[in-house]
Amino acid sequence: MDKPIRVLVAKPGLDGHDRGAKMIARALRDAGMEVIYTGLRQTPEQIVAAAIQEDVDIIGMSILSGAHNHLFPKVIGLLKDQDADDIMVIAGGVIPEDDIPALKAAGVAAIFTPGALTTEIVQFIRDNVKR
Amino acid sequence: MELINKMLKGDKRACARLISIVENDEKESEKLIKKIYRFTGKAHIVGITGPPGAGKSTLTDKYVKLLRKSDYKVGVIAVDPTSPYTGGAILGDRIRMNDLALDPGVFIRSMGTRGYLGGLAKATRNAVKILDAYGCDYIIIETVGVGQSEVDIVKAADTVVLVMVPGLGDDIQSIKAGIMEIGDLFVVNKSDLFGAQRTATEINMMLDMSPKTDRRPPVVMVTANQNKNIEQMELEIQKHYHYLVDNGLLEERRKKNIKRELLELVEEELKKLVIRETENNGELDSMTESLFNKETDPFTLRDTLLSRIK
Amino acid sequence: MFDKEKFEQLKVARKNWEDKDLNKSLARSPERKEAFKTGSGDIVERLYTPEDINDLDYMEEIGLPGQYPYTRGYQPTMYRGRLWTMRMYAGFSTAEESNKRYKFLVDQGSTGLSVAFDLPTQIGYDSDHPLAEGEVGKVGVAIDSLADMEILFDGINLEKVSTSMTINSPASVLLAMYIAVADKQGVSPEKLRGTIQNDILKEYIARGTYIYPTEESMRLITDIFEYCSKNVPQWNTISISGYHIREAGSTAAQEVGFTLADGIAYVEAAIKAGLDVDSFAPRLSFFFNAHNDLLEEVSKYRAARRLWAKIMKERFKAKNPQSMMLKFHTQTGGSTLTAQQPDNNIVRVAIQTLAAVLGGTQSLHTNSKDEALALPTEDSVRIALRTQQIVAHESGVTNTVDPLAGSYYIEAKTKEIEDKAMEYITKIDELGGAPRAIDAGYIQKEITDAAYKYQMDVEKGDVVVVGMNKFKVAEKAPQGLLKVDPMVGEMQKKKLVELKAKRDNQAVTEKLTALKKACKGTENLMPYIVEAVREYATLGEICDVMREVFGEYEQSVML
Repeated sequence: MDKPIRVLVAKPGLDGHDRGAKMIARALRDAGMEVIYTGLRQTPEQIVAAAIQEDVDIIGMSILSGAHNHLFPKVIGLLKDQDADDIMVIAGGVIPEDDIPALKAAGVAAIFTPGALTTEIVQFIRDNVKR
Repeated sequence: MELINKMLKGDKRACARLISIVENDEKESEKLIKKIYRFTGKAHIVGITGPPGAGKSTLTDKYVKLLRKSDYKVGVIAVDPTSPYTGGAILGDRIRMNDLALDPGVFIRSMGTRGYLGGLAKATRNAVKILDAYGCDYIIIETVGVGQSEVDIVKAADTVVLVMVPGLGDDIQSIKAGIMEIGDLFVVNKSDLFGAQRTATEINMMLDMSPKTDRRPPVVMVTANQNKNIEQMELEIQKHYHYLVDNGLLEERRKKNIKRELLELVEEELKKLVIRETENNGELDSMTESLFNKETDPFTLRDTLLSRIK
Repeated sequence: MFDKEKFEQLKVARKNWEDKDLNKSLARSPERKEAFKTGSGDIVERLYTPEDINDLDYMEEIGLPGQYPYTRGYQPTMYRGRLWTMRMYAGFSTAEESNKRYKFLVDQGSTGLSVAFDLPTQIGYDSDHPLAEGEVGKVGVAIDSLADMEILFDGINLEKVSTSMTINSPASVLLAMYIAVADKQGVSPEKLRGTIQNDILKEYIARGTYIYPTEESMRLITDIFEYCSKNVPQWNTISISGYHIREAGSTAAQEVGFTLADGIAYVEAAIKAGLDVDSFAPRLSFFFNAHNDLLEEVSKYRAARRLWAKIMKERFKAKNPQSMMLKFHTQTGGSTLTAQQPDNNIVRVAIQTLAAVLGGTQSLHTNSKDEALALPTEDSVRIALRTQQIVAHESGVTNTVDPLAGSYYIEAKTKEIEDKAMEYITKIDELGGAPRAIDAGYIQKEITDAAYKYQMDVEKGDVVVVGMNKFKVAEKAPQGLLKVDPMVGEMQKKKLVELKAKRDNQAVTEKLTALKKACKGTENLMPYIVEAVREYATLGEICDVMREVFGEYEQSVML
């Protein structure tokens, strides 16, 4: 049987700008993936719980509010605590260049900033998901 | 299998992994179900179905929260359609259930139909078995938004809740009788909307016109997004369950479904067997050819094939 | 619109032109593209002539400035009389930091303040709420209580400035704080000028900072309408916003259609609450986006003005002309800015400024070049403000009223957008009005469809974004971006602890209890909120009282 890649798309924090998240959700669906879309105002705890129950291969998060340095590492920390850090984490949004090295060091596999194409993101996921 | 032991002890991650196996890997899935089958049959399985936009997810969310007040362990399987063109899907039912994600007594899983018609995914029934073995007291299956023929939920659930809303542009009359017949309970959601009473009246009229049975399904009016009258719905679901138990009908219904599942499995396997026998050596094509030329008939060839398998 | 005989001659001439001149030209060198499209993806014809606007009745559809249906502007003299208000949206970190930025802006010639609040404030959480973690002071200033508001406007005379506040769900609380600060300055409410955004429907649709369910939110809004009509008469009680709908990816026609549909819902709610249409409608204001397609945008503003006038007059039977005039603020389009080659954004903002001015805006915020990367620095804010000043004083477009009127393309496009917007309004009416259409996910889905189509066009290269998918260069990471002090959250928390130790806690409890009781009834909530605010009840405490009684909104998503 053909196993589709499963992706959780979430908006952590209080930021309500979900245009990017919705575009990614659609693009991943059109690339044949199963996208679990959880919507706005997700806490890191909710995101990790959903990712585990849905047994996703990857979590994609987007933040435009500047809370990324707090929220992304928290999700990764919780995944580790729950022995689920085999789930890959990618992120997008308004993320200043200066912040990227620290986020990558914390375990974010890739960060897509404004102007990134959905095709790049699809390709990254296909190339990097462990199966 | 270690995953099974973990799952039986209540490990969510293991449970999630096992559901992925029944979704993705036929061979492993069989081995798995063989091991857990004896642990199943304990949960009350409730199907929630109805047209798109009826508010099934919100209703499920509120229903689960009510069940959690009595400390029941609850599993939810929410099915959404897979795109026939790309094989991808957006599974968005969790949006309505986000604050259940952290409840240790709730397990929610979204499934794409993956080309399976009938309102469920092919793996839904097996996923239900896993949640049953995992120890859920209630398993709620939320189907895709049904149109006319997605009635597989009756094969999987003990109680089917058919959700309707006023003002979807469809009269109740236009919904095929086949769908109406599967409801053990009718819920008119968004009953704060104009026309809700009319929708309920129409359902009632339709039920009154149906052939008389021992039990006439009740119609409950709720407003899920305001958490109104969910208790009434829950009560009616329980009443239906007791009705089934008290009249020996639960056993009857489940046996019927088990038998149906068994026959489906046999049918599927038989078909595979025949194809394996005849496709590669060109026999299937030559049989088709001779049928096309009217040299024989399909029933004769069926018997020939079946006798060979025996 | 045109003389019949001359019109017939034109038709013949045009036919000849097509057969001879045009075909010859096309044969020699074909056009660059098969189809030419607006920024919203609508087909643009090669040529517009009187044929395209012959059905328009000039006096009925276009008319004179200051006269119904206000297509050419709502004042007879427009910018010859007074320029638009140059209002720069600003706010970040603490009230102290933002206060400094406001004083800087006023020094630079800004003529109105526009307050940006951080997300916890916009969603009614104090800075010490667990969900506020990491968000305090990030996208705007953190306001937890009247104490912060006092600092925010310290040294700024509220009788002299007009202040716009981008606040929606907790709008009544922030307005109450503003009234209280003014009171301490000795300025009475009837002298206050400004705007609160107060537009919950577009929060549900596109922006996401909602708290309460629809019905309760609409009550808060109509309470504000009523309270202000009696106590703060110069205040614009709502800014019905298409801006965020456009940012979410809508087309220009959707921006108009969905925004005016929201407007209709507010008017209906207020009438249902027993208000006379002419008592509140003059204080309704609008807020639109400015994208790069200059001519489409100009047409959009004109179409919105005309359509709203017709709606108010015909649908709601308004009698006061002020009720029919669509007055609007504009902000240049944040989503049109690129993170690549950010200096190019200055040019985009200049074009968008022209669009807003040629469209007759009443006030304008211009985005800074670095906003796709971070919050703007003072230097980049200055350039953005200078852009407005150059258009105002050097470009010459302010010398005459509605200078593009009468352009065959502009008038045809204005009509086209008006018609399309009206189609959306009709569809929304069929669904039971904007709140129901939002609940059903219809509006969100239409926007997402348009956004996805645009995204795919960009990815295919059918739409060129200079510096992003064409004319790219290797770039170094931008330097000197503004960083919000990560300690802001801690500072705010400390202030809250001190506040709670200092204030009269018993009075706070009493006021909150009174508010709660009022929430359960039908009285106007504004006076209770003003009372609570004066005792330094925090924003979070007040919003929690209402959360408890009203419940919370659940998002409706259709993908």
